[in-house]
Amino acid sequence: MPVQYYIFLSIALFCIGVMGVLMRRNAIIIFMCVELMLNAVNLLMVAFSKMWADAGRVDAGSAQIFVFFIMVVAAAEVAVGLAIIVMVYRNSHSVDINIMNRLKN
Amino acid sequence: MINLVWLVPFLPLLGFLVNGLGRRYLSKSLSGIIGSGAVLAAFVISLLIFLEVKQPGFQAQVVNLFDFISTGSLHIPFAFQVDQLSALFLLIITGVGTLIHIYSTSYMHDETSEGFARYFAYLNLFIFSMLILVLGANYVMMFIGWEGVGLCSYLLIGFWYKNTNYNNAAKKAFIMNRIGDLGFLLGIFMMIVNFGSVTFPEVFEKAAALGAHSAVIPVIAILLFVGAMGKSAQLPLYTWLPDAMAGPTPVSALIHAATMVTAGIYMIARSNILYTLAPCIQTFVAVIGLVTAVLAASIALKQDDIKKVLAYSTVSQLGYMFLALGVGAYTTAVFHVMTHAFFKALLFLGSGSVIHAMGGEQDIRKMGGLKKYMPVTNITFLIGCLAIAGVPGLSGFFSKDEILSSTFEVNKIMYVVGLLTALMTAFYMFRLYYMTFQGKFRGTHEQEHHLHESPGAMTFPLIVLAILAVFAGYIGLPEVFGAKNLLAEYLAPVFAPSVPFAEVHHLEHNTEWLLMGLSSILVIITIFLARSWFRNYEDTGVQRTGFAKVLENKWYVDEIYDAIIVKPLMGLSRFFEEAIEKSGIDRLINGVGRSVYWGSQQVRLLQSGQVGFYIFAMVIGMVVLFVIGFLLK
Repeated sequence: MPVQYYIFLSIALFCIGVMGVLMRRNAIIIFMCVELMLNAVNLLMVAFSKMWADAGRVDAGSAQIFVFFIMVVAAAEVAVGLAIIVMVYRNSHSVDINIMNRLKN
Repeated sequence: MINLVWLVPFLPLLGFLVNGLGRRYLSKSLSGIIGSGAVLAAFVISLLIFLEVKQPGFQAQVVNLFDFISTGSLHIPFAFQVDQLSALFLLIITGVGTLIHIYSTSYMHDETSEGFARYFAYLNLFIFSMLILVLGANYVMMFIGWEGVGLCSYLLIGFWYKNTNYNNAAKKAFIMNRIGDLGFLLGIFMMIVNFGSVTFPEVFEKAAALGAHSAVIPVIAILLFVGAMGKSAQLPLYTWLPDAMAGPTPVSALIHAATMVTAGIYMIARSNILYTLAPCIQTFVAVIGLVTAVLAASIALKQDDIKKVLAYSTVSQLGYMFLALGVGAYTTAVFHVMTHAFFKALLFLGSGSVIHAMGGEQDIRKMGGLKKYMPVTNITFLIGCLAIAGVPGLSGFFSKDEILSSTFEVNKIMYVVGLLTALMTAFYMFRLYYMTFQGKFRGTHEQEHHLHESPGAMTFPLIVLAILAVFAGYIGLPEVFGAKNLLAEYLAPVFAPSVPFAEVHHLEHNTEWLLMGLSSILVIITIFLARSWFRNYEDTGVQRTGFAKVLENKWYVDEIYDAIIVKPLMGLSRFFEEAIEKSGIDRLINGVGRSVYWGSQQVRLLQSGQVGFYIFAMVIGMVVLFVIGFLLK
């Protein structure tokens, strides 16, 4: 399959992620959308890695290392983020991000 | 002994430091002794140096102390030059200085002990600066002394600083001097540019090599002369000197009569070759000197303040000295500096004695008849008047007559004007004398009760100066008398370089006798005229009118300066303050501040605290960046 398919898929996933973050008010959904964006990038990296490997570049596999990095960071982030959301829920019985602007003042 | 010359300025400097730093702790008698002792010791050393310099065949010696400025090819050492001219000035400065210090110990006795020590500290600092001025071996050192004496003059004129008028007089003196100093400074720069040196022998050698047709030398000469105009109170910068009488009277005697104001004459005499090589500038010097002499003498005719008369007389006599310099009679100018230092210091100290006795009164219309109360002051003051008037036999006669005869050789019209000035001098001096000492007392009863002869510390300097005023003339006898002119012989090496370039004039002996006789007879007639008019002066209280009023108001020169210089300058400053400072620069600076403040207030609204909005803005920003990136490709 040509690499463009992967690219379009990745752009589509990323845009869904962005729109989700911008539009939704549920913190969990926003969180999932962030994951979606990260994985869109991962997909893109794997696709390019494959593309360069087909073209005969020896060091093409290094892009996949980054994918692992991103996965690890994302996992850590999820752990922290979910903990925050749990605490927010405990305090306000809601996961609506619009009430979180109380931090403002 | 010559190697110890640094001690001469060092001792007054030490006196200044001790008196200045210890002014809170020293008693009056102690600070008086320190101040006078330092100058006296300097005088003794100067005398020893003079005796060595006096030997025939003495060559000028330069004592190097340390390198002062050394950049590239320019080297300016901190060095003292001992030669005939500087040794003579050393004697005048330290000698008259010592007498005036002694006089001051009594005159200033009403001051607090702190003020007393401050006074002596300033006076010692002045002596130090003046010695640096005459001892310096290059123009930069001369300039250091030049500025130093200007500073001390400022400090001493404004010594009673609680009086606003005195402070204004001090500021006036300082500013007027500063105008002149600019000329001097530019002259030094011209020398550095053209000759690459400021050391006297080198400058004179290079100037002599350029010869009489160079365009550089007249420029340097006139710039230096502008400096001399300021310091020596010549037209148009003379107006500070009469105002400088605000200072204590001994200060007027020392700084504003005997020493500082002669710095300009010293400078031109020192640079004689530059002026001999620039005959047009020399003529200019003579004309300025002559006009100043006449103008100041005419003002002195109608002044009623005892010190103002003497001040204008000083300006007039300084004009005389410049006339002598202008006609190329350098020796005569220095001779007149010396005799003038004696008789004018004498007259000022005498006037101080009178003011002291009158309890601060300076108006001669309220004096009169002081002869019987103050015999010593009376006699010495009379001697001073006779000397300055040029009565035969006294010092002023010889020096003034030499100036007049040298002028006669060069220009007959100048001679006539000079003679007229001499007659005016005789007239106003004897008007002063008769109104002060003769006739009957016109002051109040309390003043009459208070009248007394001054104490010994004040009369002793008067007597010494009176003796000098009588006999100092005999060292410079004109050739006509068949005697040797000791002073001319002594100073010859200093003025030797300009001899090859100078025009030689020679007067017939008969002519010289005739001139001398003429001036003597006219002077004596004038004195008797003044005697008959003012011997029994009565204060009628009538306002002067017409020309006399113009003279009383000093030709309105101060008013003219005020109108054409001070007022426009103030107007210009006000314009700059209003238009450029306040509505230009200030508004710009404040505008920057105000616009930043306003801008921040607008931008602050963006920070709403809505995270969703921030993210939205971020995404929009990124999209915009991408679009721009694509478009720029």
